[in-house]
Amino acid sequence: MTDLAVELHDITKIFSSGHGAECEEVRAVKNMNLGIQTGEFFTLLGPSGCGKTTTLRLIAGFEMPTAGEVLIQGQPMSKVPPYRRPVNTVFQNYALFPHMTVAQNVAFGLAVKRVPRAERERRVKEALALVRLPTMGDRKPSQLSGGQQQRVALARALVNQPAVLLLDEPLGALDLKLRKAMQIELKHLQQEVGITFVYVTHDQEEALTMSDRIAVMNEGVALQVADPVTIYEQPATRFVADFIGGSNFLTAMVETVSGDRVQVSIAGERVSAQRGDVSQVPGQLVTLAVRPEKLSLTRADQPVAEALSGTIQEVIYIGTDTRFIVGLASGETLEARVQNLGGRGLGEFAVGDPVKVGWAPGDARTLTA
Amino acid sequence: MRQRYVLSPGFIYYVSLVILLYLPVFLLIAFSFNDSTVLVFPMKGFTLRWYGELLRTRELLISVRNSLVLGVLSSLAATLIGTMAAIGIVRFRFPGRGTFLAVAAMPLVIPYVVLGVALLVGFTEAGIPLSLWTVGLGHLVINLPYVVLIVAARLTGFPANLEEAAMDLGATYWGTLLRVTLPISAPALVASFLTCFTTSFNEFAVAFFLVGTDNTLPVYLYSQLRFPSRLPLVVSLAAVIVVSSILLLLLAERLRRAGQPSMWKGEA
Repeated sequence: MTDLAVELHDITKIFSSGHGAECEEVRAVKNMNLGIQTGEFFTLLGPSGCGKTTTLRLIAGFEMPTAGEVLIQGQPMSKVPPYRRPVNTVFQNYALFPHMTVAQNVAFGLAVKRVPRAERERRVKEALALVRLPTMGDRKPSQLSGGQQQRVALARALVNQPAVLLLDEPLGALDLKLRKAMQIELKHLQQEVGITFVYVTHDQEEALTMSDRIAVMNEGVALQVADPVTIYEQPATRFVADFIGGSNFLTAMVETVSGDRVQVSIAGERVSAQRGDVSQVPGQLVTLAVRPEKLSLTRADQPVAEALSGTIQEVIYIGTDTRFIVGLASGETLEARVQNLGGRGLGEFAVGDPVKVGWAPGDARTLTA
Repeated sequence: MRQRYVLSPGFIYYVSLVILLYLPVFLLIAFSFNDSTVLVFPMKGFTLRWYGELLRTRELLISVRNSLVLGVLSSLAATLIGTMAAIGIVRFRFPGRGTFLAVAAMPLVIPYVVLGVALLVGFTEAGIPLSLWTVGLGHLVINLPYVVLIVAARLTGFPANLEEAAMDLGATYWGTLLRVTLPISAPALVASFLTCFTTSFNEFAVAFFLVGTDNTLPVYLYSQLRFPSRLPLVVSLAAVIVVSSILLLLLAERLRRAGQPSMWKGEA
């Protein structure tokens, strides 16, 4: 048996507002099944309103599931209130107690559990050192910067040595540079303390940077649960392909199938791709997903084995790369992203140039959903 | 720039308002030091004898004591009950919550005289003898809405997830209330108490109807107005009350604003 820190069994959460006939129901989480392994950095990723925060609150115990069961370290949690669960939370706006000093904030959990003073002081000191704020103990939270408050919130949770640490968009309020620095720091911290992290974010880059595994959520459903590379390279659904990194989508007809490869036709032209789903058979209409940076553009008069013909419609310079918008014969458009390097990229093609758009077969993927 | 500021309509409006509001109060205080029984200009000499007489009037001192005890007890009760109501309204969802809030705030819009008569009828019908206790109950009714509104505003003003954070860290409901909710609400509780106390100490109409044989200060004051020779005494007493009430309210307002860290002001 693998060692699971958190299990969600068939969890459904319905919020209802209003009474009687006007009663409105929102299904925030739908039949969710998840197993989060001990010591893992697990991320719930999705747009706002996808149910990721609700899922976190179900684990913390602030919400009770309408159906299904939450298990923490194998123990059912249906009758366990938040204050007796072996988890701690880092809240989105930190939720530091404004009437206490930093040290009192960090000591809160220990004080509530009546840990002796000497041990409490030692552990608070250790926790503050861990988040690199050893001298800030006597300040009030309002005297700290956003990044420092964030660290205090982290120390306040970690000092209790929880089995699972829940983090609800903890970097959301920080500016971009600080956020990037904190991403690396959080990941290192997690490896150092070895605690299971369950991390909620809507930022796909953050998720890819830090996570061991990611659950991509939309409308209360976990669409794909996998490691970052699989999520990015082999997205299971159109939503996942689009939400993580962005993709081009083309309507295609399956022509031939061989193993994990398919050949499809788009407006009469044949191209190859990964077979996204074993159920796909010749004659079926599928969505072909391919990422902008995986496309290669060549001049229309060059010989290319497999490619789609099109015309450059727009050239957008974005510093490191140039984005070419290519109109295809089918009427659909593709975005290709070319790095500005060694004569490639900017200046290579102009609006109106006929081009061929190709890719390595493994870099595109046919999706059923 | 400075010239325009002094002559601006806003400044003139402000000065007129201040004069209108505070000139009578100032006159009251001035006349309390006037060595004459009639309140007319020109004033006679400066004297402290009315204040001296205040301290020698036994019934008056008793009524002051009555009002102080009444004010403290009824304000404590109002603060306690009102805080519980505010926590219920702000932190819990229950059917009839809106109605509850409306009912709790109702005494704000009922004239005190009407409330006094209504309570008098109620107590008489129920066979409860009038005393300082009945006045206390009346003041409790008057003061509850202030407490509910002041404390509810404070509770709404700080993020509910502070309480969730406390529970997350292992504090039970009561532990959270004692360690987080109440300490953060403390300035609002003190402000509520002081507001209630000032109201209770000054309130006349309800007390007039419900008071038994023991007078409160405002009721005593009113009864003394019948005797022209007592007028300067009433004036000096009124001066004392006005000044101490203003001081108390200033303190309450300071406390209400104090300890609101800037932390959660800019947050959504």
